[in-house]
Amino acid sequence: MSADVEHWNPDMELLGREDLEALQLERLRKTLQRCTSSPFYQAWFRSADFDPRKVGSLADMSNLPCMDKDTLRDGDPTRFLTVPLDDIVRMHSSSGTTGQATVTFHTAADIEAWAELVARCMYMTGVRRTDVFQNMMGYGLFTGGLGFHYAAERIGAMVIPAGSGNSRRQIQLMRDFHTTVVHIIPSYALYLLEVFGELGLDPRTGTDLRIAFIGAEPHTEALRQRIEETYGVDAYNSYGLTEMCGPGVAFECPAKQGMHVWEDSFLVEVLDPVTLELVEEGEEGELVFTTLNREGMPLLRYRTHDLASVHPGECSCGRVHRRISRIKGRSDDMFIIKGVNVFPMQVERVLLEALGVGSNYRIVLDTVGSMDEMRVLVEVAGELWRGEVRELNRLRRKITEELRQEVLVTPLVELVEPGSLPAGEGKAVRVVDKREHARGD
Amino acid sequence: MANQVNVFAQNQPGRLERLTEVLLEEGINIRAITISGADEYGVIKLLVDDPRKAFEALQREGFSAFMKEVIALVMDDQPGGLHRICRVLGESGVNVEDAYGFVFQDRKTAILVVEVENVSAAGEILGSKGLEFLSDDELYSL
Repeated sequence: MSADVEHWNPDMELLGREDLEALQLERLRKTLQRCTSSPFYQAWFRSADFDPRKVGSLADMSNLPCMDKDTLRDGDPTRFLTVPLDDIVRMHSSSGTTGQATVTFHTAADIEAWAELVARCMYMTGVRRTDVFQNMMGYGLFTGGLGFHYAAERIGAMVIPAGSGNSRRQIQLMRDFHTTVVHIIPSYALYLLEVFGELGLDPRTGTDLRIAFIGAEPHTEALRQRIEETYGVDAYNSYGLTEMCGPGVAFECPAKQGMHVWEDSFLVEVLDPVTLELVEEGEEGELVFTTLNREGMPLLRYRTHDLASVHPGECSCGRVHRRISRIKGRSDDMFIIKGVNVFPMQVERVLLEALGVGSNYRIVLDTVGSMDEMRVLVEVAGELWRGEVRELNRLRRKITEELRQEVLVTPLVELVEPGSLPAGEGKAVRVVDKREHARGD
Repeated sequence: MANQVNVFAQNQPGRLERLTEVLLEEGINIRAITISGADEYGVIKLLVDDPRKAFEALQREGFSAFMKEVIALVMDDQPGGLHRICRVLGESGVNVEDAYGFVFQDRKTAILVVEVENVSAAGEILGSKGLEFLSDDELYSL
């Protein structure tokens, strides 16, 4: 394999549909074979009366039940491994500290394959070894930082591992080292624009930026265009999840008409979230993935709870890898704020621990100025305090700090009177999303 | 000892109106009221003629209310009245967490309501130093 002028991996990117599906089946069968050495899959196959050796087509996978985050959390994460633990060189984890964490294990080959995929994405949009890539994502357990970092180095670009936050320094780095490509959370890109303004700078003339990757949180086409216009860049959407590898699952090509799922590495199904049957081509449903090129911890028919549709027809770029739409929503109650995945259950547990009693609450997501904010409204019942303002202030500080530690985003905690919030009628009403740019379009 | 009713309220138009409406419906008479705010919420402290009744009515109406024991110290309504009380408080090592005062119409007596951490212990010390304080009943029969 060697890159050509437009493709990092022309062998994979330019496969015909038939060859691609043949490769998928070959890799699927290899993956299923690997899975027979994992204690989890042995039991999983047995309980589903599924014989992995008898899979003769991609469609045969519909005989296997789907799994999701709860399946991953339900016990020791090493039970998914198809290799000895010593062969694992990395773990990543997606969210929170409450309950059992969702862990993904990688072998050296898995890390290599992941970096290759993200390199393919970046190269597709025009990143080359002459570029300077400023990675403004959190490093660490969050996959958005390291995934892009390795890929950019693989391409040969110079990486500035800036991490998140510290806006003035970010701008200084961009100017000092002539950054051409950034990876940035879209809502943060809007905020940073204000900081440019405060410094009397215009990113179009004051920087060398030409490409921005703006995955990690849902955003509208209008927000993309605003970022492109105000920064003078091409902005590309990206899709990934820690359980698959992180970024690199699906990515926009220069046509910007949906994100190509790298089908040589992932089998994608779009299912009705209730019946778990395939939806009609082009209809919206839940994305379900099977890893095709994962050694350490393969995942079969993994429900993402992300709702999207597959674009019909072929892309003008010539790649046959199918394209998915923007993420339209969730089939569960998870939400993303400032690039961080949050489940209302995490907030509920923190409140229960901090207050000692269950309390009615509501999470309001809003855009204030150009920043996204998470407000948590908590009803103060009579038993929570002994009548003093300073106790309330202390309570609010405590809830704020404990929520920050749990969800990694500092919330604005507001104490409200008992009965002032609608009674908890199911999970949906717990979260009110007023962010104008976060809705799917 | 006297009792005061503390009520949690959001800092919004109409909240005081609702609270006083509840007291009106119960025929509660207010001797003194203070409001301390903290941004979007605050605590309303009420000295009323029937604190138990007010507390129960407010709770029933959904307010987050709390009955708190306070010391209602009697002062002379003349220069130095407050100073005398404060000197005793200081000498006795009693720390005041919150306080407010009001005068009676006879212009002879004033009341200083103080909140302290340990009401009964503080009451004993202050009593032994000759300070006079009122119970709920005495407070309202004045």
